[in-house]
Amino acid sequence: MPKPDSLQGSLDLLVLKILSRRPHLHGYAIMSAIKDWSGEVLRAEEGTLYPALHRMEEAGWIQAEWVTKETGRRARIYQLTAAGKKQLAAEESRWQAVTAAVSRVLGTV
Amino acid sequence: MSLWTRIGNVFQGRKLSREIDEELQSHIDEAIAEGRDPAEARRAFGSVPWLREESRDAKLIPWLDSLRADAIFGWRQLMKRKVASAAAILSLALAIGACTSAFRLIDALLLRPLPVANPGQLYSLSREVIGFDGKLASFDGWAYPDFLLMRAAVKGQAELMAVSYPERVDLTYKAEQEMEKGWVQYVSGEMFSSFELRPAVGRLLSESDDVKPGGHPYAVISYDYWTRRFAQDKKVVGRTFRLGDRLFEIVGVGPEGFNGTETATVTDIFLPVMMHAGVLKDDWTWHRTLARIAPGVALKPLRARLDATSSAFERERTKGLTGISKEILEKMLAQTLVLESAAAGASGLQRDYRTSLMALGVLVALVLLIACANVANLMTALAAARAREMALRVSIGAGRWRLVQLVLVEGAILAFLAAAIGAVFAWWSAPFVVSMINPPDNPARLSLPADWRVLGFGLALTVGVMLFLGLMPALRASAVKPVSALKGGDDPHARRRSMHALIALQTAFCFLALFVAGLFVTTFERLSNRPTGFSAERVLTLETIAARPQPAAVWDQVAEHLRAVPGVEKVGLANMVLLSGGSWNNSILINGAPSNGVLAYLLQVSPGWREALRIPLIGGRDFRAGDVYPGVAIVNKTFAKVYFNGEDPIGRRFEVVFSAGERVGFEAVGLVGDVAYRNMRDPIYPQAYFPFYSVDAKGASVPIGEGTFIVRTSITNPLALASLLRREVPNARPEFRVSGIRTQTEINESHTIRERLLARLAFFFGAVALLLAGVGLYGVLDYSVLQRRREIGIRMAIGAPASDIVWRVTLEVFSMVLAGALVGAALGLASVRYIEPLLYQVKSTDAGMLALPSITILAAAVLAALPAVIRAVRIDPAKTLRAD
Repeated sequence: MPKPDSLQGSLDLLVLKILSRRPHLHGYAIMSAIKDWSGEVLRAEEGTLYPALHRMEEAGWIQAEWVTKETGRRARIYQLTAAGKKQLAAEESRWQAVTAAVSRVLGTV
Repeated sequence: MSLWTRIGNVFQGRKLSREIDEELQSHIDEAIAEGRDPAEARRAFGSVPWLREESRDAKLIPWLDSLRADAIFGWRQLMKRKVASAAAILSLALAIGACTSAFRLIDALLLRPLPVANPGQLYSLSREVIGFDGKLASFDGWAYPDFLLMRAAVKGQAELMAVSYPERVDLTYKAEQEMEKGWVQYVSGEMFSSFELRPAVGRLLSESDDVKPGGHPYAVISYDYWTRRFAQDKKVVGRTFRLGDRLFEIVGVGPEGFNGTETATVTDIFLPVMMHAGVLKDDWTWHRTLARIAPGVALKPLRARLDATSSAFERERTKGLTGISKEILEKMLAQTLVLESAAAGASGLQRDYRTSLMALGVLVALVLLIACANVANLMTALAAARAREMALRVSIGAGRWRLVQLVLVEGAILAFLAAAIGAVFAWWSAPFVVSMINPPDNPARLSLPADWRVLGFGLALTVGVMLFLGLMPALRASAVKPVSALKGGDDPHARRRSMHALIALQTAFCFLALFVAGLFVTTFERLSNRPTGFSAERVLTLETIAARPQPAAVWDQVAEHLRAVPGVEKVGLANMVLLSGGSWNNSILINGAPSNGVLAYLLQVSPGWREALRIPLIGGRDFRAGDVYPGVAIVNKTFAKVYFNGEDPIGRRFEVVFSAGERVGFEAVGLVGDVAYRNMRDPIYPQAYFPFYSVDAKGASVPIGEGTFIVRTSITNPLALASLLRREVPNARPEFRVSGIRTQTEINESHTIRERLLARLAFFFGAVALLLAGVGLYGVLDYSVLQRRREIGIRMAIGAPASDIVWRVTLEVFSMVLAGALVGAALGLASVRYIEPLLYQVKSTDAGMLALPSITILAAAVLAALPAVIRAVRIDPAKTLRAD
């Protein structure tokens, strides 16, 4: 089970989204991407990211393979699967619905 | 990833961990390459092992993974103490194998449904009556006219079928003149359609074969016989064979797997009931009656109607009987009809062996429990040794269930290994037992498939054993209190108490097993040593048939020819062999007065028969050539006692009541000693012997079709003469043929086959029970001395004498043994009434029957305690106390 973190349950969504735009990223790159793309607001902990990646891999949303980079180091890179694309769409619309609802609440008060 | 890869990952745990570690390492490398501080990058990860576990659990099935780890750990634990584990596994294997084997037999004979449509609706009809000896007797034979009335009475509610007892007969296929044996059963044609059976070839019998007595010379052969005798030749339909003086035509082959309803007998040939010689006789009970009761029909009123119909029939039948007093007739007619389920078929073997198999089943179950108790004690002792390990596991956070699993898995390994070995044992032993109960001439064929029923039983048994072994130690291990255990101050007594309780249980079961074994062995001894009144050694019996009935002179000629064969001492003729199981009995009238109700047992014999069997002649004379039936008779001592008040019977006259109104008078000319007539258990009956040759009402000699030569030989193994005599009979007269040769000894012993089987198996399992219980006792005592060596050391140091030490070490255990023996004795006395019918002249309350197991167990207990006691007394206080 993922531990509660600053991402408030949106880690899966972020990882899936990032991988849909930029496939073939390794764990560190995904972590960096979350940091960079969120304008350094969001940050994924290592201790949360890897279990989440392995869990999503187990669920069949993403798949991983080992590659050897030009530096000679081996890295495990991830990309979305068909099931992952579907899951991303579902998560995205759920997120939109939630944020819209939250905005409405904020707007009325 | 699928479930399969997750299961696969369980068994590649190391590779999985390595991959996860590598990925995490590559992350750190990446971070350092980006310019982060190495120490900081590592710290950001927090606990790597935790992270690894978290990821691992996502990638595999956690419970399966822990199970795998426990299995490996348990296996290592077992391998650490190879001898103890091997002993535990072997004793369990023997017990599990014996239980499975017993189940196979019970299932095959008593439980497995017949391969017919709706076997659950099948019932067998029998009658119960209080016999002259005051005991309830049950018999399942019926007369066909009675059957017809009953069938009409319940039409629409139940279909009744007549199925004869299988007979082993001689038959000839026309083309080949050789005679051969075959199992024949006369059945209602209706049976096949009621069972919804389809022919493999040709047609089956049907209702239209149940019409005219003697008018349906057709036969259906069983699939098994078709395969054995005809190699599945389809042209078998239309072939004819001769049986007695009739020719039958084979019209079809039954379906595969259907061997008739007589469980343990494979019927070869089914004939229509109409072809049986007794189909019109109202006093010849030659067939079973099976009923298929339609669903929804209440059993009680149906039984009542059948009972009423059958009673009315018997009343009508006995109306004409004279010479029997009213009271005795009433007693004979007071029969109760009983419906018993025949889903598993109906056979004599079932009747004979039902109780025996159940008794054996209970016996092996006791052995299994004793073996389990042993291994459970062993595991408890080992768990004690591992208390610190358990405490450590609890203190680093192992859950209660996790510890239970750890210990249970060990039990499971033991149980499954034992089950595997036990399966091999059961595979071998069940057919072995069947072969033991087989008379050589009459092989029982019990199909013993190892199918899902047997597998399911074995599996359930194994899981049960596993729980029995593992659950107690597992729960105890999980309740461990780390603080006290690690300090070494766990309460040791609780554990000993449970071990002692198991010792009491073992002793009780062992006592019961030995007690029952003692009863069976004594029964066998008494039965097989019972005097028969005649000498069976060196005697051969030659069942002989003549192609056509032959006159007396021709039979005499054959007898004379046999007397001339070297090695033959005496030859006699009889219409039936003593103890062959058959009987011929009727009421006797003295001076025309009503019968006293005791039946006399009859036999027709030739001159020389008495001498061949060495039956002593007490008074009068033996038969001589020229004596004919009716006319003169020889009677035995009991006959003289029962009918002539013990007075000398020579020259006295009596009448035999054969059927309504038919009385035949005889004059007693000889008095002979008592002999066993029908079986070894029956009391000695009044017996009368008549001449073998008969004359009819006009005084003309009656030709005889079959008889048995009783041949006394001069050699110890009379069977050596068997083939010679078989050839000599047709040499003497070509019309004659020997259809069966048996030694009289073999015939006598056939009555103790069941008792011998029970005695042997009960003795074997009693011995195993004793051995296991002894080993268990030894183990527990040894353990408790080991555990208390500090205490013993201190006691010795302050001057306790050796006797005090011995007393202290053994007192508790021996009081448990005593308690167990008492419980065992109570159990034995309570359960003996279930096996009462199997016993012969043994009373469970005989002092000897109870003393034997008591002494044996006491001796075994002393023997088992000796090593532990010696160890206790030899404890050197100085050494023991320094060691701690």
